[in-house]
Amino acid sequence: MTEDIQLISLLLTPLVGMLLVSLTGRWPNLRESMTLLVAVLLFSESLQLASDVLGGARPGLTLIHMLPGLTLRLAVEPLGAVFSVISSGLWIISTLYSIGYMRGNNEKKQTRFYVCFAGAIFAAQGIALAGNMLTLFLFYEAMTLITYPLVTHHGTDHARNSARTYLGVLLGTSIAFLLSGLLATWVIAGTLDFRHGGILAGHLGAAGTALLLVLYMFGIGKAALMPFHRWLPAAMVAPTPVSALLHAVAVVKAGVFTIVKVIVYIFGAENLIALGSANWVPVIAGFTIISASIVALRADNLKRRLAYSTVSQLSYVTLAATLLAPISIVGAVLHIAAHALGKITLFFAAGSIYTAAHKTEVSQLDGIGRRMPWTMTAFAIGALSMIGLPPAAGFVSKWYVLSAAMSLEHWWAVGVLVLSTLLNAGYFLPIVWRAFFREPPAEADDHHHAPHGEAPRIMVFAQTATAALTVGMFFYHEPVLRLARAVAGGF
Amino acid sequence: MLTQHFPALLVVVPLIAAPLIVLVRRSLPSWIIALLATAATFGIALSLLDRTLAEGTLSYAMGSWAPPLGIEYRIDAAGAFVAVIVAAMGLIVMPYSRVGIAAEVRNEEHYLYYALMMLCLAGLLGILVTGDAFNVFVFLEVSSLATYVLIAMGRDRRALMAAYQYLLMGTIGATLYVVGVGLLYLETGTLNLADMATRLPMASDSRAVLAALAFITVGISLKIALFPLHLWLPNAYAYAPSPVSAFLAATATKVSIYVLMRYFFSIFGESAVFDARATGAILLGLSLAAMFIPAIVAIFQHDMKRLLAYSSVSQIGYITLGISMDSVDGLMASAMHLFNHALTKGGLFLVLGGVVLRCRGASFDRLAGLGQTMPVAAFAMVVGGLSLIGVPGTAGFISKWYLVSAAIHLGQWWLVGAVLASSLLAVIYVWRFVEVAYFRAPPADHPPPGEAPLSMFVPALLMIGGCVYFGLDATWSSEVATRVAEVLMNSRSGGQ
Amino acid sequence: MTLASHFSYWTTILLLMVGLFIVIARDNLIKKLIGLGIFQTAVYLLYIAPGKLIGGVAPIVGSGFAVYSNPLPHVLILTAIVVGVATLALGLALVVRIKEAYGSIDEDEILAIDAQDDASPTPDHEGG
Repeated sequence: MTEDIQLISLLLTPLVGMLLVSLTGRWPNLRESMTLLVAVLLFSESLQLASDVLGGARPGLTLIHMLPGLTLRLAVEPLGAVFSVISSGLWIISTLYSIGYMRGNNEKKQTRFYVCFAGAIFAAQGIALAGNMLTLFLFYEAMTLITYPLVTHHGTDHARNSARTYLGVLLGTSIAFLLSGLLATWVIAGTLDFRHGGILAGHLGAAGTALLLVLYMFGIGKAALMPFHRWLPAAMVAPTPVSALLHAVAVVKAGVFTIVKVIVYIFGAENLIALGSANWVPVIAGFTIISASIVALRADNLKRRLAYSTVSQLSYVTLAATLLAPISIVGAVLHIAAHALGKITLFFAAGSIYTAAHKTEVSQLDGIGRRMPWTMTAFAIGALSMIGLPPAAGFVSKWYVLSAAMSLEHWWAVGVLVLSTLLNAGYFLPIVWRAFFREPPAEADDHHHAPHGEAPRIMVFAQTATAALTVGMFFYHEPVLRLARAVAGGF
Repeated sequence: MLTQHFPALLVVVPLIAAPLIVLVRRSLPSWIIALLATAATFGIALSLLDRTLAEGTLSYAMGSWAPPLGIEYRIDAAGAFVAVIVAAMGLIVMPYSRVGIAAEVRNEEHYLYYALMMLCLAGLLGILVTGDAFNVFVFLEVSSLATYVLIAMGRDRRALMAAYQYLLMGTIGATLYVVGVGLLYLETGTLNLADMATRLPMASDSRAVLAALAFITVGISLKIALFPLHLWLPNAYAYAPSPVSAFLAATATKVSIYVLMRYFFSIFGESAVFDARATGAILLGLSLAAMFIPAIVAIFQHDMKRLLAYSSVSQIGYITLGISMDSVDGLMASAMHLFNHALTKGGLFLVLGGVVLRCRGASFDRLAGLGQTMPVAAFAMVVGGLSLIGVPGTAGFISKWYLVSAAIHLGQWWLVGAVLASSLLAVIYVWRFVEVAYFRAPPADHPPPGEAPLSMFVPALLMIGGCVYFGLDATWSSEVATRVAEVLMNSRSGGQ
Repeated sequence: MTLASHFSYWTTILLLMVGLFIVIARDNLIKKLIGLGIFQTAVYLLYIAPGKLIGGVAPIVGSGFAVYSNPLPHVLILTAIVVGVATLALGLALVVRIKEAYGSIDEDEILAIDAQDDASPTPDHEGG
């Protein structure tokens, strides 16, 4: 009974948050305190849940009997707990950051922004706690729709056209591929519940499984596997906190989370190994990793560079999950967390630069590190995590993926990882170098702008916090690791 | 016992209300009579559904003349299911009409509007309940004649042409149906549908029966607006008064679809219709064309009512697709979509009616900036639109789910692709509205922000809310739809 | 099975086709309705003709008569005629209204006027 309340309240808290925020929209201070309050509440609930799950609890709850034999169901397993904690925890920090950003840039329609933000977190919690594929799909689509107003926040033609791409790709892939995969699974396996070992095991031959896997892998457009990655750079039109939300907290994480979930609980890793149907996925993922990195290398717009970096990093997770070794699945789960922390730091830094200096291009960043030392230090830490260097969280997850690839003797995968590390370094380190070691251009702020300093304090605080967490996770990742091991089958 | 007369009362109550209203003439009392009559009808329909689900087919000898010589009223779960949809829609539209027609119909004509609505309701329900082939024609014409006048009441003069064109097409359709019935009568010597069903197998190979099948299919398809016989529909829906558009969109085509299902599965029998002839393939082809071509046309519309009308033609394609599959699963999906689409499209037209009242038009120019001026209505339209697309959590998703499952069960994987691809077209036309409502500035002469009058707003939101409710909890609707499909499939083999 | 023995059917088909052709091919709204009338009349014939048997009498049971005509089709067609009359009346009434609103009963002209309206949209309330 208390378990039921616990699960329900994880869904209800952000919903109540949406309501409170929209009711208090007229008083900005009250409105933002509400958001923060709800976020903190949600995080504490989510932590409680995660510690219960670590203790071996597996709460479950049927919400509605949607169709005969098919329910909307919540059920927590370790992977969901990880996602729930990440999304709710980062919600607090990104709310703090948003307050600074939205006020600093005098953005319009801030109430709608906070409401939809809470809505996206609601959908993320739903995805994290989903007890079967149908529930997950429901929240997956809800997330697409509720983030649409965020992507189009500026309301310009450019925003509208980018949002068309965003919605077109995400809805298109999910309806055309994911839904058909879902229905096929339902007809073939007779259930959509998540079960260890996979519900499709023993129901389908190698070719059928491969075909179904195609539907799932490309249907989960949020994981941005090429060629369905275009929505991510398109969504860059949104305000930076939204980009941070999309890239780090909710949307893309929902994508790779779903992929891991599908591999582990729908197909079953052993089943896929036995059938050999998944061998093509790491190849596509590897291709995505390399080619997205190359695009990022050539992008001058900072957010665009970060976007392609995300595309490439997401495929790390896909690659790791589809290597199908327990240790690689651990790597995948760890990388979901590590990338979340690192990428949100990078986006926060990009937003701070925009707010304080109104600069969006990499080539404008000469010497900015002297004016904004906190921001650029945070950026550097985020970059280290992306590259996978100690002392940042990215190193840990990459280590697991790399050792999985080596122990499986997938030498080409090792090659992809090494090459992409070099490419990551190639597009991140010059930014850091430029910011700290190049002379600032002389004419940049002579008449138009007063010399800028750091971003608003609250934003600096937020990005410092995520940077600290990125470093912190390098040294202490025991709970996440334990949860990840439980996902992989407790080896 | 009154309840045993329910099959007859279902038709008689609205049929008597109509002349009563004409006698009363004043607007308010006639509205009250109409409201009471629809409420009673709805209650009767619900109780009939309840009884048919529990007891099976109900037979009622009209005037105590025993069938097959006398006219038999005969209702089973399938008929009662559609009757509930029709009566419920009537009940929703009536409170809405009070304010809804004030702007579109002259005050002294209000009683005519209510009387005609009653006649239309009586006709539609009569089609569902009667067990006599010729009676179906009579009720079809009762409802159609009322419909033509209701459409002509639209305040745009194009409504007149729309009504005229519908009159031509509808009469041709009904006449073709009568030709088919005549041939069947010549072949079997009976007009009682159940009787006809038992006698037809003896003559199923005759050319007259084949001709009858063709005439009836084409005639009813005209009333269904099955592509490419849909040309009357967009104008009729676009220029009719808003409550009429909503009522027709949710009921008229659905009842005709029921008639087609009846003839295919109960009278001719699915083996004669599908196994022996290419009916299934033809219907499949037309359904696919309906799913795509009108959906593409809808994308290029500049008027929301017309957009929704073309979307209706496209959605009808889903329903007939389920029929063409010739399986219990397919029929069940059809019945499901019949219900869900009535809910969705009825709700959308109701919301749009309120919007039209305030914005004085449904063209995209008038609807620009609706997200600011009528936020709740705009949001309701979006929710309805999501149901048209079939986003999970809405009624449209449930239909799509069953339709695609039915295709998978048959092993027709390419149909899965077709259904889902056509939903992507729905994404495009729904998003045209979204972009108009949220990204364009309101026209200069737009009224100040505010919603439609409460009496229009509440019914509209109820329908849209129903869309979400039946999208999340479809156990009731799917169980009933399953029964409907089984009844239809087994009605022939199961005999009386 | 000669042409002559199916005379009534051939007439029915001919009338159906003639009626349908008029509905489709004529632009004049009144003529269209006349075509519709012919189309419906064809069906009356289809029903009535087989009801009459050669040598058959009215179905009143009496000694000495063994062959009766079937009265049911005639009754049905009475109903159909009523429906047809109502349809025709309604159609004509609509044409009157159309003439008032557009000043024409020619379909092409009316469609042209509508197309003009679409090109230069002005709220039009004449119709109702």
